[in-house]
Amino acid sequence: MPVTALENISLNVEDKEFSVIVGPSGCGKTSLLRLVAGLIEPTEGTITLDNTAISGPSKDRGMVFQSYTLFPWLTVQDNVEFGLQIAGIPAAQRRDTASRFIGQVGLNGFERLYPRQLSGGMMQRVALARALANDPAILLMDEPFGALDSQTRSLMQELLLDIWQASHKTVLFITHDIDESILLGDRVYVMTARPGRIKEMVEIALPRPRTVDMLTTDAFMAIKRRIMHLIHEEAMRSIASERPRAS
Amino acid sequence: MASFLDAYVAPKKDIPRRAYLTVSTLVAASILALWCALSYGGVVRSDFLPTPDEVVTAAINGINDGSLLVNTAVSVTEIMSGFVIASIFAVPLGILMGSFKIAEAALEPVTNFVRYLPVSALIPLLILWVGIDIEEKISVIFIGTFFQQLILIADVSRGVSQDLLDVSYTLGANRRTVVARVLIPATLPGVMDTLRVTLGWAWTYLVVAELVAANKGLGYFILNSMRGLFTDQIFLGIMVIGLLGLITDQVFKLLRNWLLPWAV
Repeated sequence: MPVTALENISLNVEDKEFSVIVGPSGCGKTSLLRLVAGLIEPTEGTITLDNTAISGPSKDRGMVFQSYTLFPWLTVQDNVEFGLQIAGIPAAQRRDTASRFIGQVGLNGFERLYPRQLSGGMMQRVALARALANDPAILLMDEPFGALDSQTRSLMQELLLDIWQASHKTVLFITHDIDESILLGDRVYVMTARPGRIKEMVEIALPRPRTVDMLTTDAFMAIKRRIMHLIHEEAMRSIASERPRAS
Repeated sequence: MASFLDAYVAPKKDIPRRAYLTVSTLVAASILALWCALSYGGVVRSDFLPTPDEVVTAAINGINDGSLLVNTAVSVTEIMSGFVIASIFAVPLGILMGSFKIAEAALEPVTNFVRYLPVSALIPLLILWVGIDIEEKISVIFIGTFFQQLILIADVSRGVSQDLLDVSYTLGANRRTVVARVLIPATLPGVMDTLRVTLGWAWTYLVVAELVAANKGLGYFILNSMRGLFTDQIFLGIMVIGLLGLITDQVFKLLRNWLLPWAV
């Protein structure tokens, strides 16, 4: 039986903004991101990027996954060059671009290693460099730090903040971690339980550049309370709706 | 005793390398010792169980008169031909079967039917169709390995992570590029492992293959030795097969490390 994962979703990701979607697990966040990536097709509705309707995946919309998706048979350098190579960019230029982004994610000197020789955090940094090297119009991130331990995760958040501060890429980021959503986002969209809808949009007025020190400020806490409350409502609703499952 | 159990009998825990080698050597030596005791001690008649030195003598004789080498060469040729032909077809078809539903629909039902047929049941047909020469032996080994390879390789390609393909699309790859540059490389370690395992199985079909009208080969050598009750030669034949299996397995391991250094 088909399940309605998402319903009546409408959101606008503004150019050069960092938008975050946060929601309880199973709310369809990932489905939403995969729709934007063009990896799945909506049964109804349209998604447009710069006024053009999306049909299928393209390098306009680069994506970083939660799972480790480096090509194991390619070195760090070749992984980052992958998109450039299939686009037919000359070797010398490819090398330069890749080196620049490998430097940005702090992995100079690791170019010749294979993914199996890297830690989880390093692999995600390479995946980020690979997506950025392709210069997508929007960067989609599906809980990219979800599989990392909490120390590595906060290092990765700082790295991402630095990169974003320098490039102001348009980012659509998905997470279930409320702290992460507030720390990174210009706007945080809170999703409802399945079928997922946008429950509320929260503007994050914290100043930039941001650092992890902000996690303990009063302003941060106030936003966090609000979002927690919204999510808590949804989680309760989701549990309540699951109980009387008729057989 | 309790501390020994603690240290050496914990699931999946490493034990010291010396302990590992000691256990391996002890077991191998015990088997050899048991063999010596049974044969030299006269517990079992030498018609049924040859002494180790009789087997060594048989080996020396076989090497001197060239028969061991000829029989081995014939068997290796049969096995490698059957195995290589099977692999040439099974690898691409298996990858297709695991990745494209339409190929799965076409191939899987037939494969699942055929792979449960005992190869020996097909021998009469094979004799009618391809005769009794080397082609029959190659066919037996081909049928014995091909359908197993097909299923295993289909599983390997089914197991390639969807995210790996998806990320390639978001990097601008089209379908063709994804298949050639991502799907196929991603299957290689699994394909190598499958080939290694099925080559072992190919050796086990050797005697079946040489049941019919063979006049050379290790399987024939073993069967023929039985008729004269030359158990020393039977042992020799079995040991040569085991040894060759061990060597091919090691070669495959080295090949995998050399060709796919990136694989875990």
